[in-house]
Amino acid sequence: MIERRPIADAVGHLILLLAIFIVAFPIYLAVIAASHTIEGLSQTPMPMLPGSELLVNTAKALFDGPQMVGVSGATPAIVLLGNSLIMAIAIAVGKIVISLLSAFAIVYFRFPLRNFFFWMIFITLMLPVEVRIIPTYKIVADLGLLDTYTGLVLPLIASATATFLFRQFFMTVPDELIEAARIDGAGPMRFFWDVLVPLSRTSIAAMFVIQFIYGWNQYLWPLLIASDYQYQTIVLAIGRLIRAPDAFYEWPVIMGMAVLALLPPVAVVLLMQRWFIKGLVETEK
Amino acid sequence: MEKRVVFHNRFLPYLLVAPQIAITLVFFFWPASQAVVQSVLREDAFGTSSYFVGLENFQLLFEDEYYANSFKVTALFSTLVTTLGLSISLVLAVTADRLVRGTTIYKTLMIWPYAVAPAVAGALWGFVFLPGPGVFAWLLAQMGVDWNFHLNGGQAMLVIVVAATWKQISYNFLFFLAGLQAIPKSLVEAASIDGAGPFRRFWTIVFPLLSPTLFFLIVVNVVYAFFETFGVVHSLTRGGPAKATEILVYKVWYDGFEAQDLGGSAAQSVILMAIVIGLTVIQFRYIERKVHY
Amino acid sequence: MMKTERNSARPRFVRPLGAKLALALLLGAATVVGSASSALAQAKNRVELQWWHAMTGALNERVNEIAEGFNKGQDKYKIVPVNKGSYPETLTAAMAAYRAGKGPHIVQVFEVGTGTMMASRAAIKPVYELMAQNGYKFDPGSYISSVTGYYSTSDGKMLSYPFNSSTPVMYYNKDAFQKAGLDPNKPPKTWQEFEPMLRKLKASGSTCPFQSNWQTWIQLENFSALHNVPFATKSNGFDGFDTELKFNSPLHVRHITNLAGWMKEGLMVYGGRKNEANAKFVSGECAIHMESSAGYATFARGAKFKWGISMLPYYSDVQGAPQNSIIGGASLWVLAKHKADEYKGVAQFFDYLSSTENQVWWHKVTGYLPITPMAYEATKTQGFYAANPGTDTSVQQMMMKAPTNNSKGLRLGNFVQIRDVMDEEMEAVWSGKKSPKEALDTAVERGNRLLRQFERDAKRS
Repeated sequence: MIERRPIADAVGHLILLLAIFIVAFPIYLAVIAASHTIEGLSQTPMPMLPGSELLVNTAKALFDGPQMVGVSGATPAIVLLGNSLIMAIAIAVGKIVISLLSAFAIVYFRFPLRNFFFWMIFITLMLPVEVRIIPTYKIVADLGLLDTYTGLVLPLIASATATFLFRQFFMTVPDELIEAARIDGAGPMRFFWDVLVPLSRTSIAAMFVIQFIYGWNQYLWPLLIASDYQYQTIVLAIGRLIRAPDAFYEWPVIMGMAVLALLPPVAVVLLMQRWFIKGLVETEK
Repeated sequence: MEKRVVFHNRFLPYLLVAPQIAITLVFFFWPASQAVVQSVLREDAFGTSSYFVGLENFQLLFEDEYYANSFKVTALFSTLVTTLGLSISLVLAVTADRLVRGTTIYKTLMIWPYAVAPAVAGALWGFVFLPGPGVFAWLLAQMGVDWNFHLNGGQAMLVIVVAATWKQISYNFLFFLAGLQAIPKSLVEAASIDGAGPFRRFWTIVFPLLSPTLFFLIVVNVVYAFFETFGVVHSLTRGGPAKATEILVYKVWYDGFEAQDLGGSAAQSVILMAIVIGLTVIQFRYIERKVHY
Repeated sequence: MMKTERNSARPRFVRPLGAKLALALLLGAATVVGSASSALAQAKNRVELQWWHAMTGALNERVNEIAEGFNKGQDKYKIVPVNKGSYPETLTAAMAAYRAGKGPHIVQVFEVGTGTMMASRAAIKPVYELMAQNGYKFDPGSYISSVTGYYSTSDGKMLSYPFNSSTPVMYYNKDAFQKAGLDPNKPPKTWQEFEPMLRKLKASGSTCPFQSNWQTWIQLENFSALHNVPFATKSNGFDGFDTELKFNSPLHVRHITNLAGWMKEGLMVYGGRKNEANAKFVSGECAIHMESSAGYATFARGAKFKWGISMLPYYSDVQGAPQNSIIGGASLWVLAKHKADEYKGVAQFFDYLSSTENQVWWHKVTGYLPITPMAYEATKTQGFYAANPGTDTSVQQMMMKAPTNNSKGLRLGNFVQIRDVMDEEMEAVWSGKKSPKEALDTAVERGNRLLRQFERDAKRS
């Protein structure tokens, strides 16, 4: 800062490094666990250094799933990852598309009920899934959408956050652009596709990261909707596995699955870090 | 906050908002109203009969010691997660902000827990805290402490607090860092010239300017602790042992799905809705005021 | 002006577009596969009967085998087993589907949910009705009454079909017994014999002489049945919704006091409400372990020491003990609102399930109890019990005596919550916070409140 204090600097680095170590510790342990056989792991205390079974256990997790007696969730990770991927991408894309359209309508048109719709969308911020668990389940069941991809994705696609983000952004788009479009004789949709959307690409990227993570990490919703194990997501499967009484026998595979479960969203965050941070900070406003 | 130039189509805007409004109606408002309706009924599990009972479900809740317990647990849990999460990330953000070099690297290394699902965080920390052969358990055994969070309520609370806070530290860190970096250096330099030491500078200048961010984060963390931690509790402790970690959200789920008490679960949903609305209104009001600074 | 903007914007825009394309392809593929398989299913032209269950892993495979066996043996009906998650999840799914008019024909419900099922009389089709209406004669004598009684009315009419029933037994580590100087072939028969044995085990170095799973099911519910004392009034709830809990009698207090004393002395260890403690028996840490007979498979697979099974101990000074133990597990309920033709198929399926051949097979491969004495005899004749010692302990314990009003089972509403209450209060005793009498009295009081609420709801329907 203002004073040059090398000791304070060193302490600062130390504190941050310590923090990073503590933050990374559980993952480290998980990778260690996934790299041993169950016998190798069964000493007290557990080994802290990697074993040699990482590939073997990962392959087992991906293609066999944990083999436990009488336990739920023993689906091969590759199926689970596929479901998570479908959910995450479908939700992210769906939310972006719908919110772009709604934000466009709200910002660039005057129509009766405009404010009413705006407030409707806003109120959904106050109704997270957790407060409408049972009735939403019932409605999805009535619509026959249990144990379907549609049921997993559709109810989560309406997002107030994305709509607001795009609305904020559209507000900053200079009016000259829309005037130019109208001079060119372009209709609203033309303007939308050719001008607005390309301009919004950073916001879209930001939203994509956040919504991908949101969709991938969904737990309560798949728990309600997907009782058929073929439709489970990997996050949900892990939640079920760690509580199984026989889980002890399969920790290496389960921990391997946990690592597999967090790799895609973490990768998305790290690779798209800039947009991710932008998206987070923008949605605050 | 209005555009000067707009399009004037009659029907197009309705078409554009239709998808979002449709989904919002079907999957947000309809269930929310159903929750309200169900909260004043008592039904049998198969819906073959339902009876209007007025506020009986709510009355039963208020008399239920389990529900009071759930409130206490949730209050304790969210307080711990919020205070721990915010103080730790504030310290880390201030430390990172001070440094000239490496801030970006530290940022990268700190933000990824945000991407980890609460349930997976629960799995990871559950493994760290595994009774028996677990690392932590072994350490404690050496010190003569019997560690088993499946049996000990206080230990269970500790585990879920750690798992939940771990995730939030990156989120808080990012916002604090952004907030700190938005403070004009000139202000702080001026104070330094006036002879104020680093601590004084922090408390008299930095902290007040950081307070909107702080307030925002408090609300976000409380909402997170209330709702998004369902995955942590459901995967790790199932609200136990002996309901020591049964947060309100978990109880809504448990009463509806396992105990099949639909009326009671709906009543709890309604109360939760009121709480969220309250929190959101507070946040909105405060932010509105902030704009007027 | 607009054109140049467009061109430079294109490449960046591709990413979301590419994702949309991928999504479209995925959904398209899914639709094609989905419609192909449903077309295939329709080509069969059989009447489909949906069977929703909660069996997982190896048990799931057994379920599929049974269904396949039935389907292959005739060409009119097709039983379709679908796993819907855990017991509560399966039940909730069935209820939601029923309300939407798409309920399954058969749903597997855990024994604790029996009260709930019975309270929704309009939603279920009692099994005895189903069988009678389809021309199957029902002979109560051909069933093991302690198994079927749980799911029958007080006058013996079967409401649901007992599919997977187990009963608690005592497993013990023979090697640990030997080490402690105890005869490994003489496990304790009475609770009075128990304590000195525990002391010997502790003296020989055991950190966990005794532990019990499912403390409510084993140490209170089955305890009452074994000693022929009521767990609740009105024949444990069979005879009316106005039942009241009775598990705070002096005998119960005596038992819990004993257990608490042992816990204090380190002769007994608390391992959790359900079956979390299995790991400690398998690892050899705990010498005596009380668990469901269904735990056999787990121990056979994991235990690396000599172990044995025996019946649960009892207090020999209580008149009538040992009576018989009661079951846990689940039964198959038939839901209402289906067509008569479909019910014919369901009845045929239940008949198939209860054939001696299938009963023997199910009993042998899963360890669950057979529901007919004929199946038990056949299994014995085939030498199965001789070859696998201890596998008949559970059956013998069930058949010791004909069940009394105290040992047919339990029929209590809101029982999931009542078990929670019992667990909580007992944990308070183990941690020293309450005396056994206090805890049991409180549990009875809280449980009764839940029962009264259930009664109110039931009377309203």
